[in-house]
Amino acid sequence: MKRFVFILMLLAAPLWAVEPGEMLDDPVLEERARELSQGLRCPVCRNESIDESNAVLASELRVVLRERLVAGDSDQEALDFMVARYGEFVLLRPDARGANMILWLAAPALLLIALGIGWSTIRARRSTPDALSPEEQAELEKILKS
Amino acid sequence: MLIELGHFALILAFGVAIVQMIVPMVGAHRGNAAWMALAEPAATVQFLLTAFSFAVLTWAFVTSDFSLQLVYANSHTDKPMIYKITGVWGNHEGSMLLWMVILTLFGAFAAWFGGNLPARLRARVLAVQASIGVAFFAFVIFTSNPFLRLEVPPLNGRDLNPLLQDPGLAFHPPFLYLGYVGLSMSFSFAIAALIEGRVDAAWGRWVRPWTLAAWMFLTVGIALGSWWAYYELGWGGFWFWDPVENASFMPWLIAAALLHSAIVVEKREALKSWTILLAILAFGFSLLGAFIVRSGVLTSVHAFANDPERGMLILIILAIFLGGALTLFAFRAGSMEAKGVFSTVSRESALILNNILLSVSCFVVFIGTIWPLVAEILFDRTLSVGPPFFDAAFTPFMVGLAIILPIGSIIAWKRGSLDRAAKSTVGWLVLALSVGALAYAIQTGNSALGPVGLALGVWVVGGAISDIWMRSGRGSISDRLRRMTRLPRADWGKVTAHIGMGITFIGIAGMLAWEQEDIRVAAIGETWTVGSYEFTLADVRNEQGPNYITTMADIAATRNGAEIGVLNPEKRFYPVANMPTTEAAIINGVMRDLYVVIGDPQDNGGWAVRIYIKPFANWIWGGAILMALGGCFSLSDRRLRVGAAAPKRMAKAMPAE
Repeated sequence: MKRFVFILMLLAAPLWAVEPGEMLDDPVLEERARELSQGLRCPVCRNESIDESNAVLASELRVVLRERLVAGDSDQEALDFMVARYGEFVLLRPDARGANMILWLAAPALLLIALGIGWSTIRARRSTPDALSPEEQAELEKILKS
Repeated sequence: MLIELGHFALILAFGVAIVQMIVPMVGAHRGNAAWMALAEPAATVQFLLTAFSFAVLTWAFVTSDFSLQLVYANSHTDKPMIYKITGVWGNHEGSMLLWMVILTLFGAFAAWFGGNLPARLRARVLAVQASIGVAFFAFVIFTSNPFLRLEVPPLNGRDLNPLLQDPGLAFHPPFLYLGYVGLSMSFSFAIAALIEGRVDAAWGRWVRPWTLAAWMFLTVGIALGSWWAYYELGWGGFWFWDPVENASFMPWLIAAALLHSAIVVEKREALKSWTILLAILAFGFSLLGAFIVRSGVLTSVHAFANDPERGMLILIILAIFLGGALTLFAFRAGSMEAKGVFSTVSRESALILNNILLSVSCFVVFIGTIWPLVAEILFDRTLSVGPPFFDAAFTPFMVGLAIILPIGSIIAWKRGSLDRAAKSTVGWLVLALSVGALAYAIQTGNSALGPVGLALGVWVVGGAISDIWMRSGRGSISDRLRRMTRLPRADWGKVTAHIGMGITFIGIAGMLAWEQEDIRVAAIGETWTVGSYEFTLADVRNEQGPNYITTMADIAATRNGAEIGVLNPEKRFYPVANMPTTEAAIINGVMRDLYVVIGDPQDNGGWAVRIYIKPFANWIWGGAILMALGGCFSLSDRRLRVGAAAPKRMAKAMPAE
């Protein structure tokens, strides 16, 4: 029984993120492949890059990506190749085209708006108290004398 | 029979919550003391009933009562006892019941220790708290009832998801829930204040401990989750910008902003309506987090407990509470007259900047998290928003926060002097810049991440030390040290938490920038070098665990011939759940972690081995612990402690302001 379970385990054992056999001999090319694969989402996983994922498809994509690089693709060409096959879903860094401009501009726009509101709040609170009215002045002198 | 009693107690608690929601609120409106007084016993009874019902469910798990559908689906007789207990909340229904226990516990705390609150405010707070309870009791009883029976009890259960059979993840949810639900108290206080139409320094003082406690629990919960991901997922990542992580991070950011703005309300009676808004948003983001986790609408690695229908219900609860609160806010916020006047250079302004950075960064995380949903619905684009976006869009806010923190935290209230603040911190600035430059000079590669992060960390830690040193007044060093021990605990809390933040910065930057990685096929007996360490794969063997079988490797680590330790990375297989897991082996160190993972056997008889050297890894969680500890100190401060003398002192102080 124990042996049977062990065999089962080997069958079910996941592939590992970036296996030794997948890696390229050229360290520069391999480095580029790692960088790129960290930005590519594994299409069948929940929220993992193909660099992290243990899925079979991720492993295949890592190999495909390396094949593209070995064939002489630039980084952008390799990414475009992936997008052409799997759609922009695979890009973990969404591009800045069309509606995605809203996403990318949200941070600076919100910050500017918030800073504007914050600045006007500070200015409003900054107002030094007005000079005393004549009545208040008289009151003050009365208190000081007593 | 016992199960039915637990089930019945839950329904009874629902009834009590309905009464507590209505009667004290009407009583407060009419000035009926007896009706208002009903809130306290009701809150106590509500808690006792819910706790009893939770105890019954725990009992069912401990005794493996497979006549319960929930126990059957999530437990097994072979499971270690600790995971039988934590398995109670390792599933949707049980975790919702835990949520209810914590929710009612917080309500009961407000009833037990709220003696110094004005009767009317207390009645309203407890009524609002009960209304949250009513919504979630209904949710649990009608859509997620943990007490459903099976007609024919099976012989054994289906076991808990093996990923959850781990100490880090076992205690991650309860802490997060304490945090989420703790923010419901701040929310209740905010709504009660809006109904009352009055926010003053005392309100700031009452709302702060709840926020502080919630924020501390969130800090611990998030740190536990990140630590778990680090050692369990097998490549040593600690944060993935996963929707579910973001769901806990957003309330944390808003709670941090709220903590700081409540100080301004308490000390200076300014930023009142903003603080109320933050209290509403903090709980709103908690509910949003619950929605994200429960609905699985944003797919993520955490989807162990989700269901679209339940998600819809939580969305309705979210819409009612947030919509209602914001409407009330829109009508009443104008009446929150601010009192304090301050100049441009002042602690108030610095805290406003702190609040801007924290809350805008939270909204950036929010937009990034929901963008895939928005893009799909509105623009018909299926896309992903991953770590590269968050790293680029979120990090600048934290950098900004770190830059202003040391100056902002020592500048005086009302009217400060930049010169004075700069003079007392200039030494740290020089040190931080030199450390950064030194790191840049000796590192290989020319990434700015490590040096900048290190410099910011040193700057923040140094600024905190200056802060406490300046508080000790003047005179000889021994005098100042003696005075330092007598400073209010809140001051120590502030300094500890700020130091913690600096330490976390150093940890994150150091680990990301200077990590070393080695992936190879190693034969048994082979020795190889990674960085300044040598590793030897001594043996790989199979062993039997309580409810799993495992492949375990012995890897010896040495440095210059001196033995450091033997690492035992494992690959486990849980037959009942039919799931494999990885157990990385880690040798922890102050300056670095050695992190080893064993992979698959290879055709040539070797094994795939992955080794990482992760510098400063433990600083990330060490810093988080310091932040939480700072919260503890602050919480134990005399002025927040509940005492009979407090109301008198406040009554005297009030007219003078």
